[in-house]
Parts: sequence; structure tokens; C-alpha cells
Amino acid sequence: MTWTYAPAPESAALANLQPAYRPFIDGEFVDGNGSMKTVNPATEEVLAEVGTASADDVDRAVAAARRAYETTWGPMPGAERAKYLFRIARIVAERARELAVLETLDNGKPIRESRDVDVPTAAAHLFHHAGWADKLEYAGLGPSPKPLGVVGAVIPWNFPLLMAAWKVAPALATGNTIVLKPAETTPLTALVLAEIAAEAGLPAGVLNVLPGAGDIGAAVVAHPGVAKVAFTGSTDVGKQIQRTLAGTGKRLTLELGGKAANIVYDDAALDQAVEGVVEGIFFNQGHVCCAGSRLLVQESIADELMELLRSRITTLRVGDPLDKNTDVGAINSRAQLDKIVDLAAAGDAEGARRWTSPCPLPERGLFFPPTVFSEVEQTMRVAREEIFGPVLSVLTFRTPAEAVAKANNTPYGLSAGVWTDKGAKAMWTGRQLRAGVVWTNTFNRFDPTSPFGGMGESGFGREGGRAGLAAYLDG
Amino acid sequence: MTTTVPAPLADAVRDESALRRFLFGLPGVDQVGLERRSAVLATRSIKKDAKLQAIDMAVSMIDLTTLEGSDTPGKVRALCVQAMRPDPDQPDVPPVAAICIYPDLVEAAVERLRGSGVKVAAVATAFPSGRASLPVKLADVAVAVDAGADEIDMVIDRGAFLSGRYGQVYEEIVAVKEACGRAHLKVILETGELAGYDDVRRASWLALLAGADVIKTSTGKISPAATLPVVQVMLLAVRDWHRATGEYRGVKPAGGIRTAKDAIRHLVAVNEVAGPEWLTPDLFRFGASSLLTDLLRQRRTQTEGHYSSTRYIGSA
Repeated sequence: MTWTYAPAPESAALANLQPAYRPFIDGEFVDGNGSMKTVNPATEEVLAEVGTASADDVDRAVAAARRAYETTWGPMPGAERAKYLFRIARIVAERARELAVLETLDNGKPIRESRDVDVPTAAAHLFHHAGWADKLEYAGLGPSPKPLGVVGAVIPWNFPLLMAAWKVAPALATGNTIVLKPAETTPLTALVLAEIAAEAGLPAGVLNVLPGAGDIGAAVVAHPGVAKVAFTGSTDVGKQIQRTLAGTGKRLTLELGGKAANIVYDDAALDQAVEGVVEGIFFNQGHVCCAGSRLLVQESIADELMELLRSRITTLRVGDPLDKNTDVGAINSRAQLDKIVDLAAAGDAEGARRWTSPCPLPERGLFFPPTVFSEVEQTMRVAREEIFGPVLSVLTFRTPAEAVAKANNTPYGLSAGVWTDKGAKAMWTGRQLRAGVVWTNTFNRFDPTSPFGGMGESGFGREGGRAGLAAYLDG
Repeated sequence: MTTTVPAPLADAVRDESALRRFLFGLPGVDQVGLERRSAVLATRSIKKDAKLQAIDMAVSMIDLTTLEGSDTPGKVRALCVQAMRPDPDQPDVPPVAAICIYPDLVEAAVERLRGSGVKVAAVATAFPSGRASLPVKLADVAVAVDAGADEIDMVIDRGAFLSGRYGQVYEEIVAVKEACGRAHLKVILETGELAGYDDVRRASWLALLAGADVIKTSTGKISPAATLPVVQVMLLAVRDWHRATGEYRGVKPAGGIRTAKDAIRHLVAVNEVAGPEWLTPDLFRFGASSLLTDLLRQRRTQTEGHYSSTRYIGSA
């Protein structure tokens, strides 16, 4: 019997969307030097006008952050800093619905994910680090670890609030102050986070948020008053930043691109492996640096796995991100959609076999259907380049050694997945994989206690856990 | 071993060791991933027309059940009347699928339900423990079938299953199936007494191989009874059975499903794990006693725009 789920949209009004947003500098929202429009990718309609920062604003923000570091935040005992962070975490949790809807409007991700992953994980990160603020002497980083000063943080558009929390929480917990540049296409939740910080009474200058384009990010990174740079984004920009910082003595952590292998052995729990493959690549429309974008499946089960996978992908509901039943939302920007279309065309041209989910797509907005390329070979662009979209490349292997060789045949090294019912095989494979994060029998799970970060062209430094604190402290 | 199994799987039941090899050759079930999928499916938001349709579907899938030592022909007749016309104030509510009772009460039910389309299901084979010799179990089935039962809900011998005597469990189901004649056979796995999800998968396949028309979670006498992850494993089994043989077999969660919300979560799982083909009373049932009242209450809420007290809803 056909049973069609009626639309179940979350109310857009919950986002408390304002017509205009402004940069947050030295404890106040100030007029920007210019302005940009942020767009809802599901409709391509303008959501709000956002004031952008100028180079002068970067100077003012860094100076304010420096002053706060020297006069209020830096000298403050950890137990006192913790109170502010707990307060911010609690307000984020209290305003979770508002933040989730706003994130979905600005980013295009399904409300199910912003509600169940982005916002709760952001709050968890803040709570976790609040707990560290008065215990840094016991983090194993030396008897009296010291903060670095002003942190310049530049974050991407795929998890706007979560990435802001990943930078702000450890920076502030360790006694640093921060100048945060949110992504050009998704500035809104970071600015609401600033509002929350103000509501929590955070001293002026401790957190500054500067919306703008890449030039503002570059100015933040290059600013001589910045002691540490934390960047999450593309490998190309990461390399530019590393060049800029060479010889300056600034500390740097980079969390960049990925082309993660998801290895499915023939003794895996097949149905759950299918779930993990789907979660690995279609979570957040595949706009995930650690996405499991290369499926490596053992030849002996390849046909069966592909059949199950296609039928599972067919059940994914693509559409209105605000609909609570949507599994795959909108592509964040026209530029990103063009890139996905272009790389998928390269897959066709190089002889990979394209399969597209027969799901209906909305008539307007930026959407790309879940897509699987099979018969992919190691040398093809769809096996080597990060697509950052809902496109899975499938390769096969015969032995564990071949699986590992193929998995490691990439300049990236952010994450990987291993699917097997055999513990020893999972452990062996994990040890061979050149990746910062290896998930076994699961994928795309994040926890503030677990360090996250890459190897090779996926960057260096860790976020989360004890290792994450080290990036913000001098031992 | 007796063979009624479709050709692609006939080898699996050639002898006891083949059966064991087959059951242990099934892919494992990962607890974490399985439970996560159920949790995500449970977040589906079913509103408006979709909810009304779900409520009517759920009503039409109920095996309205009374399995108490204190049951009487009078109680069963009352249940039959409600089964045929669950909400007389709302005549468009469909009848339930069946009533589910003990064998000695089948006669009373058959008489009352004649011509209504509502089936009579009887639990048999020394329900709920299954602790009786095979001849006793078969006699139990015969009593129900002779009295006119359309469906037999049998229990497997969990003791035999847990001690690895799969051949015995298989032969017993085959014998009961034969004793059923034209009656449909539902095989109760009593998943709350099995050793985890891998066992649920093996028991599901064992029952399907032995000829179960429907695999059923529980007697309702043991907790935990039907849970979403267990039902998911069983839905995967009938989906895989269909992929292997082309045949459709059914699933029946029973025990612990009391609210419309729970029932709708199960329907979402049916729709997305097995597929929309299973959204029919022929292939999916709810074994429940109090569920009907909540469905009717939620249905009135949908059509009348406000909640009704259960006092306004007749209940057998």
C-alpha cells in the first residue's frame, strides 16, 4: 500500500530571523563596513543582510581581544572562566530549537540533523570544555600550561555553529581570546552565538565575530596580533595559510579536506554496513570533510552490497530542509553545486558507471540527488578529488592488504571506516590506515572527548579531548 | 528433513548440519547500528492525512487479543463485536484483521464473526511456554483448526533453540504447519527469551524455512516483547526471503504496543525497511489488546480536532 508522508515542516519563525545582522567586536554589535546577503539554499531567497568587517575592523577586533586577554580573561581563574562557558553552553541548549532552525535556513541541512546533531554536539563541546577550564594543570600538558593570546579562527560553511563551538570552546576554556571569521555563506548562527555570549555576560573582547569573505579571513590569519590560527576548510586555503604563517612563530592547526575510505569486509554485518555507508556519504549532503566518499567493498559481496545499498538510498527523502522527514537537504551554494556537477561529469567521462537515486527533487532551490559511481578505479578524479557532495565512489578489493593499499592511496588522511564482525581484523586494519580518525562499524560519530583531526593534506592538530587542549596551550 | 522450501534455499534444510551451517552463515547483526537505525526511523514525523491513513492501516492490522485464564465465551463475543465495528460512532473505521484467543474459545468467535471478514486466530502448541510433547502440541492445533480457526499462532520450543537443537525446532514447525491445513501459521519466536539480535535473525530464518506464513515476536507474556530493533531484524528477514524466493511472508509484533505513536513507528519501519508492499494486513499485524482504544482516540482527535476521553470509546 502506498503511504505518503504529509509534509511536516518545522516552523521557520522559530529561527527568530532578523532582517539584518552585524559584526560583533569588543562586546558590541557594530555597523559593518559593507554588507552581503545570506541566502537560503533551499529557495535561493535572501534571508538577511549581514554587515561585513573591513581590515580596520580586524585591527579593532584583534586589539579588543588582546586587551581582554591581558586585563580580564587571561588573569581570570579557570574556575571563573568555567562559569561563563557553562552559562553559554546552557543558553545554547536552551535556544536549541531556534539555533537548529536558523542553521537549517542558512545552510540547507535537514532540520533532523541540525536538531539532533549540530546543535546538541555544539552544546556538548561547550559543556565539555567548560569542565576543563579549572583543571588544565591536570591535562598532562605540564604543571602550569599557559594560554597563547589571541586566537584567529576561520571556519567553513558545512557545520557553522558546530565549527564555531569547536574553536571557541577550547580557546576560551584555556584562557585565550578569539577573533572568529564565519563562512561567507553561513554567518548567522555564529552571530547568534555572539549574542548568547553577550547574554551570558562574557567580558568585552573575549569573543569577536567578523562576517565577511575570504579577504577578511586572510586578514585575521595574517594579523600580527594573532598568536594562534585555527582553520577548518579547504586544503588549498590551508596551504596558503601555512605559507603566510611560515616564520612568524604563530601556532597553527589545520583541519582540511578528505577522501575517506569506508572499507566493508565480507564478514561485516551487512545491513548495518549499508546504513554506515549511507550515513558516511549522505550525512549533511556529503558536505563533510571526513565523509566516507570512497566505498571499498570486498569483491565477494560487492553485488549484494550494491543491490542493498541502491535500494536503501532510494528510500532517502531529498527535499525541504525544514521538513522533519527530510534526509538529504539542499546544497549550500550555487558554486558548490556547480563543482559537484562538474566532478560527477568527470566520473562519466572517465568511464565510471553512474547510478542516481530516482527520488523526486524540489522544483526550486539547490539540490543534487544521491549518486553512486561504481566501477571506479584509483586513478579517476572521482576517486581522488574531494567532491564534498552526495556522491559516492565505489571500488572493490580482494584482500585486506589491497583494501589498505587502496585506502591509503590518497594525499588526504582525515578519516576512514572499517566494517567487519572480527575484532582483530578491525584492529589490524585500523593500525594500517593513514587517517586521523578510524571508525569501526560506525561512521561520522563525533564526541567532544574524542580528538579529531587529520594527517597529510588533511591537516594537523587535533580538536576535542586532551589532545585538543594542547593546541591552545604552551606546556 | 522435510522439505517444502523453495528451490534457491532447499539445500539449507537438507539435514540438521546443513541447517546449522545455513543459519550461522547469515550475516551478523550489529547491535549499535541496528538500534541507531530504529532510533532515526522513530524520529519520522507523521502528520495530517498521513497520520489518519496510518491509524486506519494500524486498525486494520490488529489481531485483537485476549489471552487470559479468565476469558469466557461472553468476553470473546464482546471482543468480536468490537473487532467488526471498532467505533460505531465513526462507521468508516475499518474492522480489525483478526481476533486472537485460546483454542477452546474459537467456536464462540467463529459463530459471532461469520461472514464479517474478521479472521479467528488461535494460539496453540502449549502457548505460551511451549513446554509439551509434540503430540500434545499437534492436538492443541487440531482443536483450534477443527473449531474453525483461520490462523494458528504457535510458539517455538525456545529450550530446543537455545540449546542448539535447530533440527528439532524446524521439524516441530513443519509438523504444526501440516496440522494447520489451510489455516495460516504464525510462528512466535519469543524474542525476549533469545540471546540477542543474531539469534532473532536465525530464529526468523528457521521459521521461514519451516513454512511460517508470519513470524511473530512474542507471546506478550514475557518482557521485553516487541521492540523496534527486533522488529527491524524480522522485517529484514522477510525482505531477504522475498529477495531470495520471490515469496512474501509477514511479520507480527506483539506485546507492549499500546499507543498509536508506537504503532505508527512500527509502520514507518515496515514502509522503509521491508517496503510499502508489506503495508497490508496480509503481511503485517499488531498483536495487541489496548492499542485499538488509543488508535480510535487519536483518530477522533484527527477528525474532530480535540481529544476524547476514553470514556467516549466503547471497549470490550
